[in-house]
Order: sequence, then structure tokens, then C-alpha cells
Amino acid sequence: MNTVALEFNLGWLMAFIQMLLFVVMAPLLLGWIKRVKCHMQNRAAPSVLQPYRDLAKLLRKQTVIADRASWIFRSTPYIVFGTTVLTAAIVPLVALDLPTAAIADVIVLVGFFALARFFTALAGMDIGTAFGGMGSSREMMIGALAEPVMLMAVFTLAMSASTTNLSEAVTYTLESGLVLRSSFIFAALGLMMVAVAEAGRVPVDNPATHLELTMVHEAMILEYSGRHLALIEWAGFLKLMIYMVLISNIFFPWGIATELTAEALAIGVAAIAAKLALLGVVLVVWETVMAKMRLFRVPQFLGFAFLLSLLGMLTRVVLETGG
Amino acid sequence: MSPLILAYLALVSALASGILALGADRYPNLLRYGSSILLGLSGLAAIVAGGWALIDETPTIDQLALGLPWLKWHLRIDPLSGFFTSIVGLLVFAISLFAPGYLREYTRHDRKQSLAALGLFTGLFIFGMYMVLLADDAFVFMISWELMSVSSYFLVSYQHLNAANRRAAFLYLLMAHIGGLAILLGFGVLAGFSGSFTFEAMRATELAPVWASIAFALAFFGFGMKAGMVPLHAWLPEAHPVAPSHISALMSGVMLKVALYGLIRFTYDLIGDIQWQWGLVMLIIGSASTLLGVLYALLRNNLKRLLAYSSIENVGIIFSGLGLSMIFIGTDHEVLGVLGLIAALYHILSHALFKGLLFLGAGAIAHATHEYDLNNMGGLIKRMPQTAVFFLIGCLAISGLPPLNGFVSEWLTFQAALQAPALESGVLRSIIPVSAAVLALSAVLAATCFVKVYGVAFLGVARSRRVSHAQEVDIGMRLSMGLLAVLCVLFGIFPSTVISLIDAVPMMLLGQGPPSAAVHGWLWLTPISPKVASYSAPLVFVAVIVVALVSYGLLHARAVKIRRGYPWDCGFGSLNARMQYTGTAFSMPIQRIFAPVWDLKEDIEETKNAKQPLRTEGIRHQLQALDKSWSRLYEPIGNLVLTTARQVSRIQTGSIHTYLAYSFFTLILLLWVVT
Repeated sequence: MNTVALEFNLGWLMAFIQMLLFVVMAPLLLGWIKRVKCHMQNRAAPSVLQPYRDLAKLLRKQTVIADRASWIFRSTPYIVFGTTVLTAAIVPLVALDLPTAAIADVIVLVGFFALARFFTALAGMDIGTAFGGMGSSREMMIGALAEPVMLMAVFTLAMSASTTNLSEAVTYTLESGLVLRSSFIFAALGLMMVAVAEAGRVPVDNPATHLELTMVHEAMILEYSGRHLALIEWAGFLKLMIYMVLISNIFFPWGIATELTAEALAIGVAAIAAKLALLGVVLVVWETVMAKMRLFRVPQFLGFAFLLSLLGMLTRVVLETGG
Repeated sequence: MSPLILAYLALVSALASGILALGADRYPNLLRYGSSILLGLSGLAAIVAGGWALIDETPTIDQLALGLPWLKWHLRIDPLSGFFTSIVGLLVFAISLFAPGYLREYTRHDRKQSLAALGLFTGLFIFGMYMVLLADDAFVFMISWELMSVSSYFLVSYQHLNAANRRAAFLYLLMAHIGGLAILLGFGVLAGFSGSFTFEAMRATELAPVWASIAFALAFFGFGMKAGMVPLHAWLPEAHPVAPSHISALMSGVMLKVALYGLIRFTYDLIGDIQWQWGLVMLIIGSASTLLGVLYALLRNNLKRLLAYSSIENVGIIFSGLGLSMIFIGTDHEVLGVLGLIAALYHILSHALFKGLLFLGAGAIAHATHEYDLNNMGGLIKRMPQTAVFFLIGCLAISGLPPLNGFVSEWLTFQAALQAPALESGVLRSIIPVSAAVLALSAVLAATCFVKVYGVAFLGVARSRRVSHAQEVDIGMRLSMGLLAVLCVLFGIFPSTVISLIDAVPMMLLGQGPPSAAVHGWLWLTPISPKVASYSAPLVFVAVIVVALVSYGLLHARAVKIRRGYPWDCGFGSLNARMQYTGTAFSMPIQRIFAPVWDLKEDIEETKNAKQPLRTEGIRHQLQALDKSWSRLYEPIGNLVLTTARQVSRIQTGSIHTYLAYSFFTLILLLWVVT
């Protein structure tokens, strides 16, 4: 009885630590991506700690908001940050079978992203400037096309593993060993394309620009400053990291800790760090060779991703019936 | 005392409220207060009666010595009708709070329409809906169904001075009767084989598969038309919005549900032996309704019309759930069939709540501003702060966002769809995931649609004078919206508790409840088993709030005052209300992507400066996105009917001799046929 209770508490403690790790490490991942990108494009690179400095600066600065802003505008950063952190809590980062994984499954995860997007879009329209409305309209369009792709990709996995619980699904991939499944390849490709679109990276959106013709996410949050902006930026870092962790742990889960021993956890941390660093390099190469797309090219890009995911799912249900 | 007695109380008070309103033309307060109190009582009685029948699980039966001499009226309340009675009761109670404030507008001295008519037909309409739910023989069912349709026709045509409303009302009556005819024929098939009009006898009769399919097809056509399925839906967004807003809430929120009740009663209970092909048809039509409904809604700028289109989408989601359930039952996966049915029932409940809320919200806006057009609104969150909160909850719920009730039902539908690998047929296994994809796409489009509604109507700056002077509505209207909003949140946070109540319905229809929906207590929702999927709405709700509060607390440890300033205007001088994104602008990207769905008519007018022809003084842009079902289905059929009528009219010469000759030859012909 006592050991069960202890294990239970240990599980919650680990889940909490993992969530903190997620939140703290997200800016580092972005720093790494920026640094590699600069090296690749022959530019002088900032330190990997630069995102932390940016956040610290924003948190110190005074917050200025428009005189006509309503409470939606003021509460959105907290709602967005809160849901994103909670999303991070249900994604297995270094260890499996943590109690938080049962709170919400992968459909809820997609729902959280939708909730955050809903409020960000509302905040964009709250001030009543043309920029905000434009950003919201575009973001909702991209979201509308990206979310079904993401659901299709995770449904492929969910049907194979016959569960929508992330932790269980990862366990399934681990146990079935290294099998080349065509459905998984399609789903992984689809999910990667969605990740690029949803995290607002090139070629769908460019996080480094403030040009009205190309802005999507930046246009929505143009009116934010100070600590509000810091929270929204941080949530953006987290979102990118969540997608990268999802891709690496669902499709390449090897190394993740299946039991709560110090050794397994250490391996788990090292494995995920290596996977994310590698995936970051892949993203940088992708962003360097691609050019930003015209807005109305994006539906074609996401339509292709949708086709891939659908193909993955149909391959799964029609061809791979064996279990 | 039994649930049925309470249901009688609900019936009688609904009828009494209608009769009381007869004096309303003389004393308007009779309608505003007297009728409303009786409606409130009726709603409460219905909620309790329905809830009781749901918990009690044994049907209560009664016969009334009314109607035909050889056929008494059979009435019955069981878990299925109890569930729907509670939903109707909830909405009736909500509108009874809403009506006194809302009707003040209608009781002005220079009014042109009769108040007595409004009150009488409201009472009869609600009475008719209750009666449909309680009917236990086809005769009572059809009479109540017609009562419901005809009295709602008078409510749709209430503001009849506007020609467009009269046209909408006529279309509504026409479609209601075509649908009613199909339902009547469907009952005819069942009654023909069972030899009796009572549901009891129909239930006991086994039909040959062909006849069962014919009966299902007729019922599906009739009930589906009333529920607004694609492609027969075009009458719905015409008719529902033109009634007064609290009636629109009833029509979209619960009358559609009564049609769905009819369908569930007809297939699951009366026919009983479900074939998977029916489910497939329903799933396909449901998916089409979901996608087209939301796309049509997205391009509407009239708030009530947009809400009516969104009802088509939600009926599509419910059809998808029922379709999945029927496919699973037809292929002997009863447990999964239960899951699909629960998903559909949950969405029926959710949609009644949030659609009722949103229509009441639209009514409140119309009451305060006299505006229905989104592009004239803006900034209402400051003028009507409480309505804004309730409306936001409605928008979140209808967009299927966690942790509200709309999300629970969509989650359950997805879970049912994900069980497709259990099926043997490869075709079904691949169609179900595609329908899930359509459902996912529609859910996000719905979110886009309601970001547009909320962003354009409540946020930003007022776009017209009337809107900038809007006043918050009175306490009764706020209470009714608040009640529905709180229920949306509660039914989103405690799904397991709700499901353990609802599962009496599949228990009655299919003989089993869900495998383990609420086994792990109120905290966890695990429709199949905890290993397959679990969702804890209470924990999610608490966790989001805790994280948001903690981050707020940490950031405000150091007191830094927020400075208010002008929004960024690119240095061009002050921004005005016309620079904001409008509803049309907001949905433009979607309109471009899905362009083939609508008949688009774009009209751009440029006014040039007379002296300098290169200088443009102003541009007017107008976009009409017409429903394709008009040009592809309704108009051809209408034209066909007209042409045929014209051809037939040729035999009418106007001379009595010809007509006598017609009679004579017909007589001869008939005599020849008989011999």
C-alpha cells in the first residue's frame, strides 16, 4: 500500500518535473535552431541563450496596450500560455506512463492547440486594426487546413495502436520494433509539414519578418508588448518544441525511459536532446533551401500534406490489416 | 405520481399559456408575464418529467379517450422520450426567462402584428413538440407533428409585412408537408404489416428486409428534411431566422431535435432490425451536411442566418454519429454501436444548449441595436459586457473546444470513428476515416466561423451609430443566457456524470449501456477502456486555470503599471472603424479555397473623379454567395412542377361542356377497368 502510494506520488512528481523541463528547454531549442541557421547561411550567430535574454528583456519592459483593448486582449496571453503548458504536460518527453498522459489524449491535444489559436485570433481582432484582422483571418485559414492533417496523421497511429493515449501509442511503437510501415512514413511526412505550418516557419510563415504582405502570426500579435508578448512568444517556442517532440517520440521512440530509474531517465534525457538537435538541423536545412510561399500557395502545400496523411490512413486500413 | 403526470402538467401549462395570450392584444402584459410564467412552469415540469423517466428506466404508459372512436390516444414516456422531453423543457424554461424582456419591443403601441397570435402559436408549438415526444401510436404522432409544423409556420410568418418573410414561410410550410407525407407513408408501411397504428404492435412486427429498407428510406427522407440535411436544407436558413429570436432558438435548438427523435424512434425502436447500409447512407449524408453547412455558414453576414446554417452542420455531426452507430449495429458490433449512439445523443444535448444560447444572444443584440448584419456591428463587448461573456461561451462550445460540451460530443464521435478497424469490410474501414477527416475539417471551419462572428460583432470598434449606443439587455434576458452558458460549461466538465444518465437510452434501445464510460468515477471519461482513450475534463479545466493564474501571479509579483496608448497606425494618423476587417474580408481566404461550393456573384463599383479620371473617389464591393442547392435542386424541381402544371392546364377550356365530357369519359373508363 505504502509503496503504491509512493510510486503514485513519484509519478506525479516526475510528470511535474518533465513539464518544467519542457517549459524551460523550449527557448534553448529555438536558440539552437537560430544558431545552426546562422552558421548555415554564413552569418554571425547569436548565443544559444539569446531567446532567454529576449524573454528576460520583454518581461522587464513596461507593457503598453491600446486604449480600446478589452479583457479578451489582456487575458489571452495567460490562456494561450496555460493551454500550451498543459499540452506540453501530456506529451511524453523523457519518460512514459506518467499519470498526466491519461488526463488528455491526442485529440484533446489538438483541441488545446485549437483553443489557443481561437483566443489568439480573437485578440488579433480586439483592437480593430487592419493588421490584427488580417493576421487572424490568415491564421484561421492555415489552422483550418492544418488541423485535419494533424488529426489524420495521429488517427493513423491511433488505429494501429488502437489507442489515442499518447503514452500507450509510443509504447506500441516501441514494442512492435523497427518495422518499416508505409502508413507511418506517410503520417510522419504529413505531420512534419503541419508542424512547419502550425509553428509558423518558412515556407508558410516567416517568424523573422514584419512585412505586411507576408505576416501571419506576427500580424495577430502586433499590438502585444512587455510581459504579454513574452508569454505569447514563449508559448510559440513551446508549440514548436511540442511538435518536434511528438514527431521524434511517436515515430522514433527509442531511448525514452519506460521505468522511473535514474539510469533510464538519464538515457531518456540524452536521447530526446539528441533527437531534437537532429530534428532542429533538419528544420534549418528545410528552411534554408525553401523560399517563403505566397499566401494562396499555402492551401496547396497543406492540401498535399492532407493527401499524404489520408494516404497513410488508407494504407493502414486497407493494406495493413494484420494488427 | 408518475413522470407522465408531470408531462401532462407541462402539456397543460403550455396550452394554457397559449390560451392566456389570446387577451394579449388588449393587455400586452398577459403575454409578457402571464404566458411566460406558464411556459416557465411547463419547462420545469418537462425537465423533471424527462429526468425522472431517464432515471426510472421503466416506461410509463397511458391511454386518453380522445381521437378516433376505435383508436384511443396512446401516450408513453420512456428513457428515449424522457431525454428529449428534458431538452425541450430546458430550452422552454430558458426562453420563458428571455421572453418578457425581449417582447417589450413587440408590445409597442404602434405594433402592426397581433400579439395574441404570437402567444397562441408559441403555446401550441411547444405543446405540439411535447406531444410528438409522448406519442405512442402513429395517429397521435402525425397529428402532433402537423400541429408542431403548422403552428411554427405561423411563427415564421409572424412578421408577414415583409414579402421575403412570407415567401420563406410558404417554403417552410411546403417542405414541412412534403416531409410529413414521407413520414406518413413510412408509418403506413409499418402499420400495414403490423395491422395496427400503435407503436406497441409495430415494435412486435418483424419486417422483411426490403420493406424495412423502404420504411427507413421514407422516414429518413421525411425526418431528415425536417432536420435540415443536405441537399434538402435550403428552406431551413430561410425559415428559422425570420421568426422572433426566442422562437428561432426553439426551432433550431429543439425542433430539429424532435425530428431526430422521430428518426431514432422509428429506426432503433420501431423497425428494430438495423441494416448497416442505412448507416452508410446516413454517414455520407451526415458528412456532406457537416462540411457544406459550415462552409455556407462561413460566408453569411446575417447573424441569425449564419446560426441557422451552422445548425445544418451540427445536424450533420449528429447524423454522422448515428450513422456510425447503425453501421456498427448492423455488423454485430453492438458495443461500438452504443458508443456512436451516445456520441449522437450527447451532441443533440450540446447543440440544443449552445445553439439556444447563441440564438438568444443574437436576439439580445437585435434587441439592443436593431442589427442583424455583422458588418454593422463591432465593439459590443464594451457596451454589453455580460452578454459578451455568455456569447463567448456559446462560440467556444459550438467550435468544439475543450473543456466545453461541444468538444465532448465531438471527441466521442471521433472515438467511435476510430473503432473502424473492428469492421470486416474494407470499404467501410476506409470510408469511416475519410468521414472522420471531414468532421475534423468542419470542426476547425466552425471555429473559424465563430472567430469571425465574435471578432466582428463583439471586438474592435462599433461600425454604426446604433451599435455604438447599444445598452446591455435586462436581467431576465441575461439570466436565460447565463443559465444556458453555465450548462454548456457544466456539461463540458462533467461528461461522465451526464453519460451515466444518458446510458438508459441505449440500455432501452439496444439492451446494453456503454462498456465503461463512467466506471472510473466522475473524474474520468473512458468510453471503451482507459487504455484506449481517456479524458478528464475536470482536471483539464482546473489545470488550465491553475497554470494561467500561476503565470499571472509570477508576472505580477513586481508591480509594473500597464500603460494605455493609441494602437499602431503605421504613422498615417488615426484609425477609424471602417479600417477594420469585416466579416466578408475575414472569410475571404476560405471563400477562395473552397470557391466551387457557392454560386459567387461579386460586384465592384468604382466611382471616378469627374475632373481627374485617374483618381478613384470610392469603391463599393458587394459579394453574394448563393447556396448551390437553390440553383441545382430547388429551382429545377420548382420549374418542373410549373411546366407540368402549365401543360396540364391546357385541358381546362373553361367550357362546361368539355368538363361534362371529361366526367363522362372518365366514368366509362373506370367502368371498363372495373369490369
